[in-house]
Amino acid sequence: MTSDTSPSLKIQSLSVGALRPIDLTVAPGEVVCLSGESGSGKSRFLRAVADLEPHEGKVSLGDLDRASMPAHQWREQVMLVPAESQWWADRVGEHFCGPMPEALSALGFSDDVTSWEVARLSSGEKQRLAAIRALSCQPKALLLDEPTANLDDHSIQLFEQWILGVIQTKKMPVLWVAHDEAQMARVGQRHFRIQGDHWELDQ
Amino acid sequence: MNVIDLAWWQLAIAASMVLALAGVSMVARLNVGKPILIAGARTVIQLTLIGLVLEALFAVGAFHWVALMATLMLLVAGREVMARQKHRLTGGWAFGIGTSAMFISGFTVTVLTLVVVIGPDPWYTPQYAIPLLGMLLGNTMTGVALSLDRLTEAVWRQRAVIENRLMLGQSWQEAIGDFRREAMRSGMMPMINAMAAAGIVSLPGMMTGQILGGSPPAVAVKYQILVMFTITVGSGFGAMVAVSAGSRRLFDERERLRVDRLSAART
Repeated sequence: MTSDTSPSLKIQSLSVGALRPIDLTVAPGEVVCLSGESGSGKSRFLRAVADLEPHEGKVSLGDLDRASMPAHQWREQVMLVPAESQWWADRVGEHFCGPMPEALSALGFSDDVTSWEVARLSSGEKQRLAAIRALSCQPKALLLDEPTANLDDHSIQLFEQWILGVIQTKKMPVLWVAHDEAQMARVGQRHFRIQGDHWELDQ
Repeated sequence: MNVIDLAWWQLAIAASMVLALAGVSMVARLNVGKPILIAGARTVIQLTLIGLVLEALFAVGAFHWVALMATLMLLVAGREVMARQKHRLTGGWAFGIGTSAMFISGFTVTVLTLVVVIGPDPWYTPQYAIPLLGMLLGNTMTGVALSLDRLTEAVWRQRAVIENRLMLGQSWQEAIGDFRREAMRSGMMPMINAMAAAGIVSLPGMMTGQILGGSPPAVAVKYQILVMFTITVGSGFGAMVAVSAGSRRLFDERERLRVDRLSAART
């Protein structure tokens, strides 16, 4: 069985917490935005897709069924970038799966950033580096949880431009949790909103 | 061998010194006066009882009584390991993992030492088996409790780090690897330090007791070395077994970190 080079992310009757089940297929290169009040379960939903907490439902990427592979292999391909990233080693570079020179310069980092001490990163730097770190592991789909929450306007613009470029080139299906309406209009093709216990498509 | 037996009135003199300490600490309002008295009373009662039990056990010397005694000791140690953890695995796992780790490593090392090294006849002769197992279990208990407490505490505090590593596609062994090694190390450190300091900083209690009991120092030293080695091996492997099993239990079949399997801290 050949694995699809640009697969779509298919979510079938996935439910977690109080949220009702949803069916959702994200096409290759498509960005689907998710929003809702804080505590409504957006982050938990992404965690469920990444299989980080118990839930109901099935997810597959192209012809790969999630249940048929070890969980860590699934997460390597369907990568969640959390709102608050964690760093365990001393230096930035030790966290990367491979070198990312283009991404670093696109987001305004100098070449020596990989030797920077993690303890001295600002929250905005951490957030951008966490996204670069995730992409250095070559995922096939992305789950972004408020990826620009700690960024200023200029950085947001750079980030969107860069990540949309990567998403288009690699034809990745993307779920993007956001709360800024303008941003969702800029980056997303579709937008679902949590209303109480169910999802609503925003027209 | 000339052993001076102690009369109860002689112990009473020592007890009066403890009373003096309790009295002074009450005056100084250290809030340990009552605990000193209670703990002192427990020492007298518990040791007197165990003395009676050991006398009976030594007199009988039957295998099934030795085995029963060993099992009781193991269960008490297992309970103590559980009690010493702030965030423990729920559903009996804290007790189960601690007890099995001590059983696997403590009992194996004791039996091996009895059969291969000391070689009394029969190998379960209670004069050798019970004190050896007691010292081994006591220290293995410390090692297992320390390492499990370190592991669960780290997971409780650092769950975000472990989960972020999982998100990046690491396997559960990789994601918890640093904490697992750190926990195993902390279970072994007390014995490594004790071996390094033995004889210089401290005269080990067993050896001291044996010398007071009339043994030549050279014999006491050899037994002490044997006991320190077996304790180190027992607590070391015990910590490794406990941490391995404990960290496995912290993840489910989909390699999710299950902090919900730990109890919240007791208040």
